[in-house]
Amino acid sequence: MDLRFTPEERAFRQEVRGFFEQNLPKDIHAKMIDGRHPSKDDIVTWQKILNKQGWAVPNWPVEWGGTGWDPVRQYIFLDELQSFPAPSPLQFGVYMVGPVIAQFGNEAQKKHFLPRIANLDDWWCQGFSEPGSGSDLASLKTRAVRDGDHYVVNGQKTWTTLGQYADWIFCLVRTDATVKKQEGISFLLIDMKTPGITVRPIQTIDGGHEVNEVFFDDVRVPVENLVGQENKGWDYAKFLLGNERTNIARVGVSKQRLRRLRELAALERVGDAPILENPRFAEKLAALEIELKALEMTQLRVVAAERKREKGKPDPASSILKIKGSEIQQATTELLMEVVGPFALPYAPEDEGDEHGHNEPPVGPDWAAPVAPTYFNWRKISIYGGSNEIQKNIIAKAILGL
Amino acid sequence: MDFDLSEEQSLLKDSVERLLADRYDFEARKRHGKHPEGFSPEMWRAYAEQGLLAVPFSEEEGGIGGGTIETMIVMEAFGGALVLEPYLSTVVLAGGLLRHAASAEQRAEWLPGLIGGETRYALAHGERQARYDLHDVGVQARRDGEGWVLEGEKALVLHGDSADRLIVSARTAGGRRDRDGIGLFLVEAGAEGVSRRGYPTQDGQRAAEVSLSSVRVGPEAVIGSPEGALPAIERVADEAIAALCAEAVGAMDRMHRLTVEYLKTRKQFGVTIGSFQVLQHRAADMFIALEQARSMSFLATMMAEADDPAERSRAVSGAKVQIGRSGRTVGQGAVQLHGGVGMTMEYSVGHYFKRVTMIDQLFGDADHHLARVARMGSLLAA
Ligand SMILES: Cc1cc2nc3c(=O)[nH]c(=O)nc-3n(C[C@H](O)[C@H](O)[C@H](O)COP(=O)(O)OP(=O)(O)OC[C@H]3O[C@@H](n4cnc5c(N)ncnc54)[C@H](O)[C@@H]3O)c2cc1C
Repeated sequence: MDLRFTPEERAFRQEVRGFFEQNLPKDIHAKMIDGRHPSKDDIVTWQKILNKQGWAVPNWPVEWGGTGWDPVRQYIFLDELQSFPAPSPLQFGVYMVGPVIAQFGNEAQKKHFLPRIANLDDWWCQGFSEPGSGSDLASLKTRAVRDGDHYVVNGQKTWTTLGQYADWIFCLVRTDATVKKQEGISFLLIDMKTPGITVRPIQTIDGGHEVNEVFFDDVRVPVENLVGQENKGWDYAKFLLGNERTNIARVGVSKQRLRRLRELAALERVGDAPILENPRFAEKLAALEIELKALEMTQLRVVAAERKREKGKPDPASSILKIKGSEIQQATTELLMEVVGPFALPYAPEDEGDEHGHNEPPVGPDWAAPVAPTYFNWRKISIYGGSNEIQKNIIAKAILGL
Repeated sequence: MDFDLSEEQSLLKDSVERLLADRYDFEARKRHGKHPEGFSPEMWRAYAEQGLLAVPFSEEEGGIGGGTIETMIVMEAFGGALVLEPYLSTVVLAGGLLRHAASAEQRAEWLPGLIGGETRYALAHGERQARYDLHDVGVQARRDGEGWVLEGEKALVLHGDSADRLIVSARTAGGRRDRDGIGLFLVEAGAEGVSRRGYPTQDGQRAAEVSLSSVRVGPEAVIGSPEGALPAIERVADEAIAALCAEAVGAMDRMHRLTVEYLKTRKQFGVTIGSFQVLQHRAADMFIALEQARSMSFLATMMAEADDPAERSRAVSGAKVQIGRSGRTVGQGAVQLHGGVGMTMEYSVGHYFKRVTMIDQLFGDADHHLARVARMGSLLAA
């Protein structure tokens, strides 16, 4: 047992931080600190900067651009990225479809898609969920029927995050309806420009547009866009979701949010004293920091154990990370609501200022606008990526044997 | 001990609920919100015609002589329909100040327009630095011959952009955080020197920043003692909190019912999700939170009229704490149990969640009131 990082690991952390300080454009950094959303261009710009450095896709096999870092360095990199804070890479490419193609795709697919994902030349979105298939993903109904050298796809996906920008969507589709539901699913890559695809926006309660419905009406997809084998898509999906869950604790994000909370609570005053000096508030903040420290230690234990695990076989303990990580992120938004107080009330659509070239002066403190929307929006964290209820089912079954 | 409504009160409840059932479903609410005022002027007229704007005023003054129970009935129904109209601003806040602080002549002049639905009011009291402290007033009122000149900035004036008249609090004497030296002034929204910047709020309502630049008012504009308005402001704030508690209960009740309905219809894994015990228990927890909130809403309603301000404030603060906490339990639970659907603007449950959240942020959040109760001594000493 040794809690310390090695001198090399500490040097690595310095190197990563130094790179972020030098290379992340200041305007993007400012948005991230305020808790506003980076734009599409911000995410693309940053990904290309990372790609130049060779850090676009650290988690991939080295031959396709991976860095070959061990799990500890992977962890340090993400921790620095999130807590700096810099925009996270578009996860649908880097953490989802990329590793699936690298592991199960054919050579042509790897050659064509992987470099374009690393450089964010193609924007990917995830077409798994359907209106009738959320937690019970395997019940999905979108059909793909073979017709010569094409699949003809009909059906609907929903909750498609940032699908409005997407060039490509990776989908789970039903290719055999006669077998057990998990055994008739295939993994298809679909060009969003194909005729028959319609994207309809869904507005979330915070007023933002980040999710969409995607409709498929006789969409013809070349068979060479099938990943791996027909009807084996569920296995690839499990591999993909496993990768998603190790990432989902977002310890670095919560670290940054808590740091910011401390700063803002020192600025905002009740009567003559900063909120931070209110002992009740300070204790709540301390309690949350303790929870986060515990989660960070748990995450490090999972990371250390990962060094000895088979790739793509996630530790069921990652469900702990998902549950606690989401609860802590949500708790940071609740505490910030307390700091902002009555100034949570005004609603200022995020994009308005940019579009019209002018902006109304803020109401209350200038950091107040995203506080309530983030509180509302972050309720999603305990719903997506396998809801917290589903994660507890996993712990009960896979760890406790109940 | 009796929690039943009287016959008149039951009639009032039925008539409000019927009006809203007919004209205020979720789709209608979306349309109402699209008016430039942010609410429906027709609905406002309908409330006037049904006597809802007359509820808390005495019969001699054209009211129906209701008390906090009648206000609770109206607000709870409004919460269930997510009503957008400025009832709290005009009837509860401004109306409350007129009842408690204005002279008989002022009431005779102003109340008919308020009750008739012709004149809408807003209370311009909050300021940037004050947060939830009611005694923190920096806007200045300077004597000018017989009248006064007002100067300064008011923040988060609920429905301040559409109001015809503002009741403005201002400092006539003493330092910014002194309890004495606060006066109330009736200001025409269109008066020279008044500028308003309206904006939508998170819950689909509206508010405004109000700036007062050498605004002149005559002696007839002063409501109550020009140096001693704070007790009336505190009393009206407590009444507003009681009203908001009732509104929150109406909203939570509806949210909870929508959730239970959803658990009975949504299927995953071949069964209704309501068959999963963990979701049953969560719905049960939400129900408990709702009923605890309802109980405290009753307490606030009964105690808002108490003569002893300390007794009144303790009970009202206690209720505000409970409402804040229950609101979180019910609101977060409702969204979670709906899955992705709960996160969408198109579906109503998220709007209830947002309104209940904003009610917590108004007139002091749960933590603010918890501190107040702790300071004031036990709530249980009877
Ligand atoms: C903002 C956002 C972004 C998203 N982005 C994407 C995306 O890009 N691509 C994509 O494919 N999907 C995406 N999703 C979809 C997400 O994965 C689903 O919302 C999630 O799987 C839950 O499904 P559902 O919404 O249908 O809820 P349901 O599955 O209907 O669940 C409703 C409630 O029932 C509970 N429940 C369900 N089954 C059980 C059980 N067996 N035991 C106990 N409780 C249970 C759930 O936990 C939840 O509380 C996104 C969702 C959101 C909210």
